[in-house]
Amino acid sequence: MAHVANATHNEDYLHHGKGLWSWMTTLDHKRIGLMYFLSILVFFFIGGIYALLIRTELIAPGSTIMGPDQYNKVMTYHGSIMVFMVIIPGIPAFLGNFLLPIMLGAKDVAFPRLNLASYYVFMLGAFISVTSLFTTGVDTGWTFYTPYSLQTKSGVILMVAGAFTMGMSSILTGLNFIVTVHRLRAPGMTMTRMPLMVWALYSTAILQVLATPVLGITLLLLIFERLFGVGIFDSTLGGDPVLFQHFFWFYSHPAVYIMILPAMGVISELIATFSRKTIFGYTAIAYSSLAIAVLSFFVWGHHLFVSGQSEWAGILFSFITMLVGVPTAIKMFNWVATMYRGSVKLDAPMLFAVGFMFLFLIGGLTGIMLATIALDVHLHDTYFVVAHFHYVMVGGTLMAFMGGIYYWFPKMFGKMVNEFPAKLSWFFIFLGFNVTFFPQFILGSLGMPRRYFDYLPEFTALNRISTVGSYLIATGFLIALGTIIHGLIAGRKATANPWGGKTLEWTIASPPIHDNFNKIPVITAGPYEYR
Amino acid sequence: MRSFLPPQASTFAGQWDLLYDSLLLVSFLGGAILIVAMLYFIVKYRRRTDTDKTAYISHNYYLEFLWTFIPLLVFLGVFAWGAYVYYLQRKVPENAIEIGVTGWQWRWDFQYKSGKKTTNELVVPINTPVKLVMTSGDVIHSLFIPSFRTKQDAVPGMYTMLWFEANQLGTFQIFCTEFCGLQHSNMLAKLKVLPQNEFNEWLSLSDSGQGKAGDSPAQRGSALYQSKACSACHSLDGKTVIGPSFKEIFGKTELLSDGSSALVDENYIRESILNPNAKVVKGFTPGQMPPFQGQLTDDEITDLIEFIKTVK
Repeated sequence: MAHVANATHNEDYLHHGKGLWSWMTTLDHKRIGLMYFLSILVFFFIGGIYALLIRTELIAPGSTIMGPDQYNKVMTYHGSIMVFMVIIPGIPAFLGNFLLPIMLGAKDVAFPRLNLASYYVFMLGAFISVTSLFTTGVDTGWTFYTPYSLQTKSGVILMVAGAFTMGMSSILTGLNFIVTVHRLRAPGMTMTRMPLMVWALYSTAILQVLATPVLGITLLLLIFERLFGVGIFDSTLGGDPVLFQHFFWFYSHPAVYIMILPAMGVISELIATFSRKTIFGYTAIAYSSLAIAVLSFFVWGHHLFVSGQSEWAGILFSFITMLVGVPTAIKMFNWVATMYRGSVKLDAPMLFAVGFMFLFLIGGLTGIMLATIALDVHLHDTYFVVAHFHYVMVGGTLMAFMGGIYYWFPKMFGKMVNEFPAKLSWFFIFLGFNVTFFPQFILGSLGMPRRYFDYLPEFTALNRISTVGSYLIATGFLIALGTIIHGLIAGRKATANPWGGKTLEWTIASPPIHDNFNKIPVITAGPYEYR
Repeated sequence: MRSFLPPQASTFAGQWDLLYDSLLLVSFLGGAILIVAMLYFIVKYRRRTDTDKTAYISHNYYLEFLWTFIPLLVFLGVFAWGAYVYYLQRKVPENAIEIGVTGWQWRWDFQYKSGKKTTNELVVPINTPVKLVMTSGDVIHSLFIPSFRTKQDAVPGMYTMLWFEANQLGTFQIFCTEFCGLQHSNMLAKLKVLPQNEFNEWLSLSDSGQGKAGDSPAQRGSALYQSKACSACHSLDGKTVIGPSFKEIFGKTELLSDGSSALVDENYIRESILNPNAKVVKGFTPGQMPPFQGQLTDDEITDLIEFIKTVK
C-alpha cells in the first residue's frame, strides 16, 4: 500500500487524477492556472476576431462590412473582452497561479478552495457579460460613460454585471496571492530573495484588492441608476455625469498597472535567464513595482483633462503622472544593464522580451507626451491615445505574455516547442504590431478621433496600412497557436531546466509533481545566482 | 515635422507644436540611448558556449542615482512646460467675445449674443479672442478643433469653457471626440474664420435670410426675469431686496454664509437657480428662494445667465 501511495504522490500534476471531473474540481494551483490559460485563449480568439472586424471596417471610409450600430458594438466587445477577460487575468491568473507557489517554495496557494472558486466566479462573470450579446448588445465602449450608458437601449446591465462579477474574482485572487506571499514562503525565502516575478505579482495583488472594489461599487451604482433612476450620474435627476468618470478611472487607471506590472515581472525573469546573469538592481526593480502601485492610485484624473474637472486638479494629476515615469524608467535601465557583460541568447522567449523593451519604450514615451497636460488637450480621445495604450497593453503585456508562455511551456507540459515557428510567430506579431499601431500615432496627431465608424477621406491611406498590419498580427498569433499545439502533441521531452534558469521552478521536474516539491527546499541565496 | 500635424491656425498652436516637436526629439534621443545600448549588448555579449561565465554585478548606486534623477528632472521640466502652455490654453483674455455652444445627438448648435443661431457652423472673426461657453442637451460630447490644438467636453447639466484666437482665415474642421452613440463619427461641424468686417456683416444677416434674427438670449432672459418673478427679490440697480442684486454680480467673488467664498460664474448661477440653498451669500437668509429644479429648461437657464451678465 505504501508503495502505491508513494507512486501516485510522485506522479506529475497532469496525470494526478484522471478525467474531466478531476480537473473541474481540482484544488491544484497549477491545474487552475491551466484552466485560466484555456479560457483566456478562447476569449483572446473572440476578442481578436472583433479586432479584425474593426480594422476591416476601417479599411476604407464609409460603410465597408457593417453599419455604425454594429461597429459600435464590435468596438465595445473588443475592448471589454480584451480588458476584462484577457489582459487583466492573463498573466496573474494564469502564469501567476502556476508559478507563485512554486517560486516561493510552497505546495500551493494559501487558500486552494478560494482559488478554485475565483476561477468559477470569473467564468460566471464572463458568461454574464457574453449573454449581453444575445440581448440588444452593448454599444457604449468598454468605459460605459454616463449619461450615454444610462440612455442607450442595450444590454449594458448584463455587461456591467459581468464585469462586476469578474472584479470579485480579481479581488479574491489578489487576496489569495498576498496571503500566500506573506505566509507560505519556504524557510530562508526572505522577501528580498523572492524572484522579481513574485514582487510584480505581489504589487499587482495589492492593486487588485484595493482598487477593484471601487469599480464594483461604481458598476453597481450604474445598474441601480438604470433600474431605479437613483440620480447619481444623471444630470436631469441632479446627478453628475463626470463623477462616473472619476469613479471609473479611480479603478481603471490602477487596472492599467494590474495589466502591466505582471508583464514587467515576466520580463525580469526572461532577461536574467537569457542573459545568464544576475539581475542588475534587484532592489530598485522590486521597489519600483511597489512605487508604481502606490502612485497609480493618484493619477486617475489624467483621463479627465478635458472633462471639465478643475484646471488645478488637472495640473496636479499631470505632475503625479510624470512621477510614475521614474520607476518605469528605472526598470528599463536595469533590464538593459543586466545584459551588460552577460551571455545573451535570443531564443524565442528572449525575442519577445526584446520586443517588449522596444514597444513598451514607445508606449511609455508617448505616455509622457499624454501626461503633458497641454499636449493631451489636442491628443485626448484621438488615435494617438489608441496607439499609445495598444503599445503598452499589447506591445507590453501581450509580448510578455507570449514570451512567458514559450518560456514556461516546458515546465508546464514537460515538452519543448519548436524554436523556428516560435521565432516566426514573434516576427509576424512584432512587425504587424508596428505596422498596425505606428500609423495611428500620426492619425491621432492629425486629429482623427477614436471610436469613429467613419472618417474623413484624408485619413484613408494611414488607416489602410493599419488594417494590413492587423492581418500580419493575426498571422503571427495563428503561427503561435500552431506552434503550441504542435508542441503539446509532438514536442520533444523537456528537461527539468532547459533554459538554465535559477529560480525554484527550474529545480523541480518538468512537469512538476502534484505537490511541487518532495521536500520543501531551504533557501540560502537570492533568485539569480549566476556565479 | 509639420506634415504630422494639422495646420496652425490659432495663437497657441505654434506654442503647442514647439512642445510636441521638442518632446518627440527628446523621446527619440532618450529612447535611442536605451535601444542602441540594448542591441549593442545583445550582439557584443551574445552567448558563445553553453557554459559561459558572466560577471556578477548586482548594482551600482552611482549609475542608479543618475538614471533615477536625470529622468526625474526631464519629466519635471516637461511637466512645467506643459503646464505653462496649458495656462495659455485656459486663461481667457478679458476682451473675448462669447458664443454659446450646445452639443446634441448629433449636431452642434452655436448661439451668438445678437440672437443669431447656427447649426454645425461656427463663424468667428480673425485676431479676436473667442470664448465658447459650452453645455450639452443629452449625453457628453467633446468639441475638438485640431487646427487650433484645443478641445473641451460639453457636459449636460454644467457649463464648460474653451477659448481661442484664430490667426488664419479659412475653414477648419470640428469633430466630436467623446463617444455619443450611433452618429458619433458624423457629428462634424465647420469653423469659418472671417475678417472682422465680414464677420460683422455675417452677424447682422438674419438666419438663412428669414425675417429678423429673433431675440437675443439676454433679451429672452430679461423676459424670464419678469415672468418668473425673479424681479420680486433681485433688483437690477444694486438695492438689496430679499436676495442679492444682479447689478454687476457676474464675475464678482461673493463671501458665503459658511465663511468660504465663491466666484459668480455660469455654474454658480445655474446651481443657485436649481438649488438656492447650496451656497448662500453672507448676510442673506437660507430658504427664502424656492428651488427652480424642474421649473426652467436648460435653455431658459442659459438665457437667464446671459441676461445677468448684461446687468451693469
